Amino acid sequence: MTPLELARKMESRFGGLFIGPAEFRGEVTLELRDPEQIAAVCAVAKGELGCDLLLDISSVDNYGDDPRWTVVYELYGLSHACHLRLMTRVSEASSELPTVTAVWRTADWHEREIYDMMGIRFRGHPDLRRILMWEGYPHFPLRKDFPLAGKPSETPGVAFTRAAPMEGGPFVTVPGAPDAIGREPRVRQPD
Amino acid sequence: MADAAARQPAAGPQSQPTGPVAAGHSADPAADEEPGELLGEKMVLNMGPSHPSTHGVLRIVLELDGEIITKATPDVGYLHRGDEKIAENMTYTQFIPYTDRLDYLAPLANNVAYALAVEKLLGIDRRLTPRCQTIRVICCELARISAHLLGLGAFAMDVGAMTVFLLAFTQREKIYDLCESLTGARFTTSYTRIGGLSRDLPPGWIDQCRAFCREVPSAIGEIDQLLTRNRIWVDRTRDVGVISREDAIDYGLTGPNLRASGVPYDVRKAHPYLIYHQLDFDVPLGSAGDCYDRYLVRMEEMRQSVRILKQCLDHLPDGPVNIPDGKTVLPPKHNVLTRMEELIHQFMLVTEGVNAPPGQIYFGAENPKGELGFYIHSRGGGTPYRLKIRAPSFVNLSILPRLLPGHTISDTVALLGSIDFVMGECDR
Repeated sequence: MTPLELARKMESRFGGLFIGPAEFRGEVTLELRDPEQIAAVCAVAKGELGCDLLLDISSVDNYGDDPRWTVVYELYGLSHACHLRLMTRVSEASSELPTVTAVWRTADWHEREIYDMMGIRFRGHPDLRRILMWEGYPHFPLRKDFPLAGKPSETPGVAFTRAAPMEGGPFVTVPGAPDAIGREPRVRQPD
Repeated sequence: MADAAARQPAAGPQSQPTGPVAAGHSADPAADEEPGELLGEKMVLNMGPSHPSTHGVLRIVLELDGEIITKATPDVGYLHRGDEKIAENMTYTQFIPYTDRLDYLAPLANNVAYALAVEKLLGIDRRLTPRCQTIRVICCELARISAHLLGLGAFAMDVGAMTVFLLAFTQREKIYDLCESLTGARFTTSYTRIGGLSRDLPPGWIDQCRAFCREVPSAIGEIDQLLTRNRIWVDRTRDVGVISREDAIDYGLTGPNLRASGVPYDVRKAHPYLIYHQLDFDVPLGSAGDCYDRYLVRMEEMRQSVRILKQCLDHLPDGPVNIPDGKTVLPPKHNVLTRMEELIHQFMLVTEGVNAPPGQIYFGAENPKGELGFYIHSRGGGTPYRLKIRAPSFVNLSILPRLLPGHTISDTVALLGSIDFVMGECDR
């Protein structure tokens, strides 16, 4: 079975629920029109189509677009050795998706990390709390509106939360510009 | 249950019945208690983040009933450095040094995996020169031997076999010498580039590597003699931390941990990249999924890596190491300084980076710890819009809350050593 055949099987199982399959560099992506169906789709992917290994769940912040979030599921089947990518878009207003921990238990930590870094909640998750940052950290660092240098946070009991100070020398590059010209130290405005 | 009535339940939290799997609270705990069971509160103990046996900054909050763990909650993130956020602000080439610091025990393997992911996005992975592909395989297998030596060395040392640690590190010093003459650094190699390598092999390196391949099997044999049939080692590791096949797949384990549980999935065989489809090697498979099997799988993987290394060194093709494409690889310096087109290519590559097409890819490589995957979502240009690192250690650690309950603290040490994770990779 090729990845495209696997995607077509998924498509035929669910009717008009998907946009795609899109093929790029030998990989096949199906986009779900309705994010609320993701748990049902994943259950079918594991149960009927043999995608027993969830490799990764990623999140993308489409800052400025609506829906703002894209959540990407990388699936793999050990028996048929095919990858499948499912993606779904979530609006900022809801910022919520059903969990797939009932389908694959590895989704537990992946979804916690997405909640920690992007702020997307997963309905039905057994223990949705921050995993990389500490409990009570107020920001979602991977959002595009969160600066690279970080923001200070008033959290008691933590040693320090201010961003590390730049040495301030005349030859220090400035992060965050799209190319090396923007990062050039001579571009920096004197404070 | 004759003495059940005589026992007074403690005023604190009810103690749970001990056993291989911690059961949930029941409506009437007194009726569940069996004679000879410990009463009293459970102790909450903090293991880490600064602990000699947690292999890095891992914190586990253990709830103990005497010496038996009833609940384990790992707390990760102490080494979180925001690599994925940083990647959104850097060109693809500028991110290479950050990949060294993911699994810092096998930096060459991370470099190769990242370079292959970006090359997949660019669509140039089929155009890599044969010499580049062979050298990358050599780098990956050296990194595998290095990581397994340290993993097994630390595992053995924590369980009590101190000599093994020193034997392993003596061999790792030789790998470090090889890395130093190849890249300039023992550790933070940053060796690969998009479309090729940063430099070719220095003179004499192949002989140095061959000498290493001759010496390391005897060291692996020494470790084998010290541990494999050692009564104490077998007692400490056999039937400890059994991960069933279903659990291993459900929790997303990859690499030696998955293969020790009997699942024959190795990316080098399932989806060969570089020249793995041309090489002759076996993939060891365990059956019991306990710590002993994970140890055996890693030992055999090292021997297979030596086998791969010998084949690569014997059949190392000549030729260039970089793709001759000025839009991807920095042109040779003498051309940059004398010709306009190469000067412009150099300028564009350094300031803006390689121009990637918009799209998304996922590439997973068989790293020593498991499958290291990179998901790159590109909107065109030289910097990724989103780079997600699928860290095998992060996923491997998620099985701890399932695996630890029912074991003692001494088993925990053996278990953590056998899972062989690296916090740099887990936390990114």
